[in-house]
Amino acid sequence: MLRYLAGRFAQALVVLWAAYTVAFVILHVLPSDPVTLQLSASGADIGTLTPAQLHLLEARYGLDDSILVQYFRALGGALHGDFGMSLTQNVSVSSLIADKLPDTLLLSAVAIPITLLFGVGIAFLAIYVQWRPARVLLARLPAVGVSLPQFFVGLLLIQVFAFSLSWLPATGNSGADSLVLPAVTMALPGGAMLAQLLTRSLADTWGEPYILTARAKGLSRWATQLRHALRNASLPALTLLGVIVGYTVTNAVVVEAVFSRNGIGQLAQQAVLGQDVPVVQAIVLIGAVLFVSVNLLVDLLYSLLDPRVASAARVA
Amino acid sequence: MTETTERDAATADPTATADPTVRAAAVDDERPLIALSGLCVGYRSRGRVVPAVADVDLAVAPGETVAVVGESGSGKTTTAHAILGLLPAGGVVTGGRIEVAGRDVTGAPDRVLRGLRGTTVALIPQDPMVGLNPTMRVGAQVAEAVRRRGVDRRLARAEVLEALERAGVDRPAVRARQYPNHLSGGLRQRVLIAIAIAGHPRLIVADEPTSALDVTVQRRILDHLAGLVRDTGTSLMIITHDLGVAADRADRVIVMRRGRVVEQGTPADILLRPRDPYTRHLIDVAPALSHAGHVVPRFTTVPPAPELLRLDGVGKDFRLPRGGSESGDGGGDGGAGNRTLRALDDVSLTVRAGQTLGLVGESGSGKTTALRIAMGLERPTRGRVYLDGEDITDASWSRLRPLRRRFQLVHQNPYSSLDPRFTVAQCVAEPLVSFRVGDRATRAARVRELLDQVALPASYAERRPAELSGGQRQRVAIARALALEPALVLLDEPVSALDVSVQDQILTLLLRLQRELGVAYFFIAHDLAVVAQLAHHVAVLHGGRIVESGPAATVLTAPAREHTRELLGAVPGQRFAAQLARSDSAHTADGATIAAAAAADADDADAGATGTATATAAGLTAAAARREDS
Repeated sequence: MLRYLAGRFAQALVVLWAAYTVAFVILHVLPSDPVTLQLSASGADIGTLTPAQLHLLEARYGLDDSILVQYFRALGGALHGDFGMSLTQNVSVSSLIADKLPDTLLLSAVAIPITLLFGVGIAFLAIYVQWRPARVLLARLPAVGVSLPQFFVGLLLIQVFAFSLSWLPATGNSGADSLVLPAVTMALPGGAMLAQLLTRSLADTWGEPYILTARAKGLSRWATQLRHALRNASLPALTLLGVIVGYTVTNAVVVEAVFSRNGIGQLAQQAVLGQDVPVVQAIVLIGAVLFVSVNLLVDLLYSLLDPRVASAARVA
Repeated sequence: MTETTERDAATADPTATADPTVRAAAVDDERPLIALSGLCVGYRSRGRVVPAVADVDLAVAPGETVAVVGESGSGKTTTAHAILGLLPAGGVVTGGRIEVAGRDVTGAPDRVLRGLRGTTVALIPQDPMVGLNPTMRVGAQVAEAVRRRGVDRRLARAEVLEALERAGVDRPAVRARQYPNHLSGGLRQRVLIAIAIAGHPRLIVADEPTSALDVTVQRRILDHLAGLVRDTGTSLMIITHDLGVAADRADRVIVMRRGRVVEQGTPADILLRPRDPYTRHLIDVAPALSHAGHVVPRFTTVPPAPELLRLDGVGKDFRLPRGGSESGDGGGDGGAGNRTLRALDDVSLTVRAGQTLGLVGESGSGKTTALRIAMGLERPTRGRVYLDGEDITDASWSRLRPLRRRFQLVHQNPYSSLDPRFTVAQCVAEPLVSFRVGDRATRAARVRELLDQVALPASYAERRPAELSGGQRQRVAIARALALEPALVLLDEPVSALDVSVQDQILTLLLRLQRELGVAYFFIAHDLAVVAQLAHHVAVLHGGRIVESGPAATVLTAPAREHTRELLGAVPGQRFAAQLARSDSAHTADGATIAAAAAADADDADAGATGTATATAAGLTAAAARREDS
């Protein structure tokens, strides 16, 4: 098991390095000039500078070194948590991230349980309920959730709960009630996908012979589904959940824009528009770290949930 | 003995047989535990209800063991599930009455039926390999059944261990903490039995309790189950496709076909005086019953033949994964070196041209490893493999490939060995395509010829495997193996996934093909009765070693080793013959009386069937007489 863990961890590190490198290469072939950007950020015009002054600036930021030297310098910095200076705002990238990340993590921390509640709840009921119309309704509902665009759902929620009913604030980062609408918006597509997968998975599991064994013991449908079907059915859903959580940064871009919230998503949007390469680079790395660590966690959970995976891992 | 007499008397009365409820009541004062009258069950499919069970009358008295016999699709499992209210989606009871413990539960809500499941009627489901929840510890799964009786959570643990122990699970405290994937098939079956008895039910329904298991394990499990039932006075309903199993175990046998009961009575009634032609057919195909409880080799003399495939002192070690062996049981014996498992040890075998070598052993004995080495799919650790006298032990894949035309394989499970997207014609033609034999037209002609050889209609060429039955699929697999006209076909348990009656058809086909084509078989099986029908030579494998080998006639009739005798003794149907011997001595001074009665009975039946009935009766009586002598 320990060897398996070490292997998975090494794999995760390689993925992170690859993500960072690919992002670095792509961002550096894009046509942009960091010096110009930085000058315009501090209010100066590039036309007022002599070529000698420009060269001095380039030397100061290490931009006259070869791309390889720049890459290794950036990589070394990233390893120490130093992502350089933002090109558009005169602060270090690390402090920008430290400022924005907690808001997004909080949003995500609220959204993930809601995703689970939507996904597992709807799937469980869709299989448990016997009354046919309700069953059909519950089984079809997730398809609607998946096909609605996230920004549209967000605007709809604002219209109903903020403007018409005035129950919750429409925008901002203040207080717990400002979290509700963004979290629900963020959870909806993931929850719907999860519900779709889990409904099918539960229906398949329900046909397994061990379900018959459980029912023949005299267990109720509820107990059978909860104790025997759900755990076995949740294995494929767990993989999807990993992907959904991994997409937190991507989701945050849309949700934070719609609800005008501070966060990594908003920062990402600004950085991309402003061609702020170091910030984009750092956000890509954060996204990758999130993705990799969540998927590592999912793999470990897999072996906890399914003893067969654990033995397979021991053999491998 | 008086009870037996009463029972026989009751059966002799024709009106009693017509109404089993009355008859059961005659045997026992209590009312029947289960009484089905005119039960009809169907499956909804595209707005229509397709009948699966029609007009079934069936009763099980307290303490009685009843066997329901029939091939797959005969409605026996559907009947059992209907009793428990556990019909799969789409299944509906369309008529008749179901009474459980004197209570009419026809169309009762799930809540009512749930009260009966586990505590009044328990079920041992079909396939032990998939019958347990893979993500839950064994003990917890048994505990659920214990707690159904309202046992307190703290006290449940002791009862779980007791149930496991009574079901014959070794080291119950250790097993309770294990997951099902750590247990062998036999142990899983015992856990399922523990679950069934944990609820202290009055009736246990065992649905094909042993079909997926080795014969020796099968016998041990059935013995154990019979003992439990006897000790606790529980009723037992065994559902099986093997009349031999039914005859050995049951007080009463019910034969079902196409959703209807065709015959019921005591084993003696059914076996000696079968009234329905289908019952006679079932007797004929049960390997042991057709020879009066004896395993009789088909080939008594073996003509000399040139050697085709030879394994010479072959051994195979497998490296065990680090972290130790936690499999706990099965196949773990014979491990010699450090962290290695000796799967085969000094195995020498010879397959002769045009003849059959039967390799027999329990699961974990190394049969499959031997087969893989013979096919060049696995390199032996020691020893040599010769094909046509040529050493192919270290042959590379590319050197072996042209030789593969000479030997082909038929798998155990025809449900998974055919590509579901291929048509039958594509399946059969694939070896031809892969070895670039012929063109489109000659291949099509060859496919027709092969289908004809395996007795499949030419119209089946365009069907897909899903449209075929298990036996038909196995015919397709055999046709595919024969496509390249190989000298040797390796058969890996080719009939163990099939019903007894279909087994017989496939074995007959294999015999005919060998006669016509002169092909040699390397035949792997766990059932000696099946091997006896096909093999010229037999080798018995146990713990990776050959414990006995020689001509079939010698090994099967005069076994030298204990393990061979054990395998022989496990063939179902023999216990019945022994029982018959005992009851004969009680009822009739001379065994021949029954034979005479049977012959007289058979006079009424049609001429073709007469021979069968008489032969069986005479055979069984003769066996009884022999046992009396010894």
